[in-house]
Amino acid sequence: MSDSTKGVSRRGFLKGAGSAAAATALLDSAVLTVREATAQITGPPVYGPGRTELALHVNGSERTVLVEPRTTLAAALRDELDLTGTKVVCDRGACSGCTVWIDGLPVASCMTLAIDAAGRKITTIEGLATGDKLHPVQEAFIEKDAMQCGFCTPGMVMTAAALLERNPDPTLDDVKEAVSGNLCRCAVYPQVFEATLAAAKKRKASQIAGS
Amino acid sequence: MTEETSRKTRPETLTVGIAGSRLTTTQREVPANDPPPLPPNSDLHVVGKRVPRIDGARIVTGAARYTADIRLPGMLYARMITSPHPHARIASIDTAAAAACPGVRAVHVLDRYEKDPIVRYAGQPVAAVAAVSQAAADEAARLVRIAWEPLPFVVDVESARAADAPLVYPPNPDDKVPRKGNVRGPVKRGPRGKPAGDALDALANSPVVVDHTYRTQVQTHATLETHGVVADWQPGSAIVYASTQATVAFRDELAEVFGIPKARIRIITEYMGGGFGSKLGMGPYGVLALHLSKKAGRPVRLMLDRREEQRCTGNRPSSVQHLRLGATRDGKLTAIHLSSYGTGGVGGGAGSAGPAQNMYDCPNVETEEADVFTHAGPSAAMRAPGHPQGCFALEQSIDAVAEKLGIDPLRLRDLNDSNAARREERRIGAEMIGWSARHKPGADKGTIRRGIGAAQSIWYRFVRLDSACEVRLDREGSVEIVSAVQDIGTGIRTVLAQVVAEELGIDPRGVIVRIGDTSFPAGPSSGGSLTTGSITPPARNAAHGVRTQLLEVAAPLLKADPAHLDLREGRVVVKSDPSRSISLREAAAKIGPDQIAVRARRSEDYGTPPLPPGQTSGMGLEIYGGVQFAQVAVDTGTGAIKVERVVAVHDCARPMNPLTIESQIKGGIIQGISYALFEDRTLDANAGLMVNPNLEMYKIAGSRETPVIDVHLLEEYIGRTSTDAGGIGEPATIPTAAAVANAVHNALGVRMLELPMTPDRVLSALRTVRS
Ligand code: FES
Ligand code: FES
Repeated sequence: MSDSTKGVSRRGFLKGAGSAAAATALLDSAVLTVREATAQITGPPVYGPGRTELALHVNGSERTVLVEPRTTLAAALRDELDLTGTKVVCDRGACSGCTVWIDGLPVASCMTLAIDAAGRKITTIEGLATGDKLHPVQEAFIEKDAMQCGFCTPGMVMTAAALLERNPDPTLDDVKEAVSGNLCRCAVYPQVFEATLAAAKKRKASQIAGS
Repeated sequence: MTEETSRKTRPETLTVGIAGSRLTTTQREVPANDPPPLPPNSDLHVVGKRVPRIDGARIVTGAARYTADIRLPGMLYARMITSPHPHARIASIDTAAAAACPGVRAVHVLDRYEKDPIVRYAGQPVAAVAAVSQAAADEAARLVRIAWEPLPFVVDVESARAADAPLVYPPNPDDKVPRKGNVRGPVKRGPRGKPAGDALDALANSPVVVDHTYRTQVQTHATLETHGVVADWQPGSAIVYASTQATVAFRDELAEVFGIPKARIRIITEYMGGGFGSKLGMGPYGVLALHLSKKAGRPVRLMLDRREEQRCTGNRPSSVQHLRLGATRDGKLTAIHLSSYGTGGVGGGAGSAGPAQNMYDCPNVETEEADVFTHAGPSAAMRAPGHPQGCFALEQSIDAVAEKLGIDPLRLRDLNDSNAARREERRIGAEMIGWSARHKPGADKGTIRRGIGAAQSIWYRFVRLDSACEVRLDREGSVEIVSAVQDIGTGIRTVLAQVVAEELGIDPRGVIVRIGDTSFPAGPSSGGSLTTGSITPPARNAAHGVRTQLLEVAAPLLKADPAHLDLREGRVVVKSDPSRSISLREAAAKIGPDQIAVRARRSEDYGTPPLPPGQTSGMGLEIYGGVQFAQVAVDTGTGAIKVERVVAVHDCARPMNPLTIESQIKGGIIQGISYALFEDRTLDANAGLMVNPNLEMYKIAGSRETPVIDVHLLEEYIGRTSTDAGGIGEPATIPTAAAVANAVHNALGVRMLELPMTPDRVLSALRTVRS
């Protein structure tokens, strides 16, 4: 997970620096948002210090929030949009409890400013299932009892599901590596491993059956 | 509505013993209103089965609402003001600037500082502010001006024992246990109370004596959801959403502080993100939040931040244990003597003698325990208080006795431990881990050395009689169970559904379970591994009451006697002719005015002396055991210990749901490994501050430190209640650190006398054998 997270947060950092070098570096990144492209021409946009209107693309719909520039994505999701499935545990990047996806990559939403997520595709735990149909990782978490108090579960599920997106056939070690940043005080790690591997297997089986 | 409280009894034949090894029956008097005993799990449909959590979908989709997720209209956000000093007098508090801050709606200073204007640890809550946003509250909190007069402090346990150490508390002649300086006690005890025999004399006359001093660190609970509440004061009453493991106790404490009737306070805990003992009390947060809400006339959310959580919400006290064991040459224990002290900061409870007092059959047992007060965050009950630390010492010394005598450590335990479950657990676990292939201590060579070790657990069957619930069946056939009991993550919600489903012959997913709300019948605190054993019997009794009434309703419809009817797969069936049946729905439609509702309270354990009148909690006759085996690989170059595998064999009376029980056991083991190898609440002795009040420097075990864990669950029937259920949360974490330490000794041939077993400690222990 560390590599992909770095991708996103580095962009945020460079944009803040606002230098020509940053713009060059940005060109290396896969996709430029409209805002970033504009920033290259006109310099970085200025926000704040008061509340700023932002359009957040969350779980397939456009949502507008009015937040101060310092607001983290986690706080915007929870306090402004009432998407409280995303948990804040340490609020400083130590536990991955707040994991969401930005453009399909897992990030710590407590370490991401809401303004940096504007215009990007944000997926939270509330948006992982398709209607009533749970994501295979969610189903497997229930079946293998990969939860106790459940407070780490949304972050854990988002990390595990992201792993399957980039590696549909992970080994046990891949799973351990992927969730190594996700802390669980109830310590349901063994069931998380089991569930993630089971979900991968099931997804593969259903893809073979479906093709 | 009926309440099953009759004191009349009837004789009943109950199954007792361990399934798969010895099952027999025994006769006991049971309360006349209790249902017939449940047969063993193999004869049941839902109870004892691996039923996935009925609320799993809510949890994995983020729909489950925890206290931190509650948002009420007009809700304010609060932030506490805490002490930056480990010991100081508050000369004055000026809240004017904070109150004048934009968005601030209320400021409250805890009353206690009027009487005693002293803070005794860094991080101690003093006041709180409430504002329209968290950011505004945070800013205003910084503007509360407190004039501090710093006082001398002591945070280190050894310095605190010195005669001239700065005092944490002034002398108090009313102390129940005498205190000298910062040292309270020692208190002398023994098995279930008084010392047995004469341990010192027996030690002097024992041919074999093992004499070690062990040290264990302070551990914090580090629950992922911090402590906190959303408090909504309404004139003369209050609704408080709380992250608590004891809704009823929380309500009672608040009622007392605010001087309003308990019935006017409602505590709601639908979901809570971990407690491990730290959330049994209301703490200053509950009081602060409700005061703020009262002042502001709006609901207030006060959730602690991580730093506050790590500093002021509780911890497992440290220990220094001087343990001496005496034995005969043929391996019979003759004496156990433990002299221990430890610090829980400004709190007590640093004893660790439970295992020494209660684990082994030994004629001479004496323990002395003392609390040392320091200027550090308060202790709180933490998953089997005193026991992981006590086992770390006792179970290593037992191994040391075995080694001295040249007896196999498990054999030595067989000689001194008559508990039938543990005997069986040793046998099963030894087979699973491959004990017979275990090498001699220190026999492994090379850089990476492996070893295996075992340790065992003891915990007690606590029972709370103030555990009640109500089961309802309405005319549409909906089945509901309600109770104030909370689910701290063990899955009690699911277990309650199973109990009701078993009794009514339905699918557990069809049972509506509403818990964690004090407007329902009282539920027990979830502490002491007593929830399942306390709340499932009334659940079954109430469900049985509903069943009885339903069969009476259905009997005329099927033209049969109620005694000849059964409930299966959602239908009322004539036992002798299953083709004659109606659905439960059809029968329910014929229920009188609206619903059948039966309320039941926990009966006393069968065949057990009743608790004294007015007492609602006590201890049952049985104990819970548990034996764990660890396999470690120690890198002698770096000193790093890796736990590769743990085999855990446990008993918890009748297992209600092996799936969720195994989760608790695995969690207990991993927490135990975390305690054994990593966790250490560190205070800077010069500044008196915690240096790791976070989750990056306070290391807890993660996926990379998780070993392979194999669990074997004993099915032990004790014939004590209508469900015969017991608890597992605490036994599961008690022996782990000791088993790892014994495995390290097996790998290296040296004893690790201090926790956590960090690489530097391993390397210095290795140096002692090399030199
Ligand atoms: S809350 Fe974001 S990493 Fe811990
Ligand atoms: S399930 Fe409780 S923290 Fe992971």
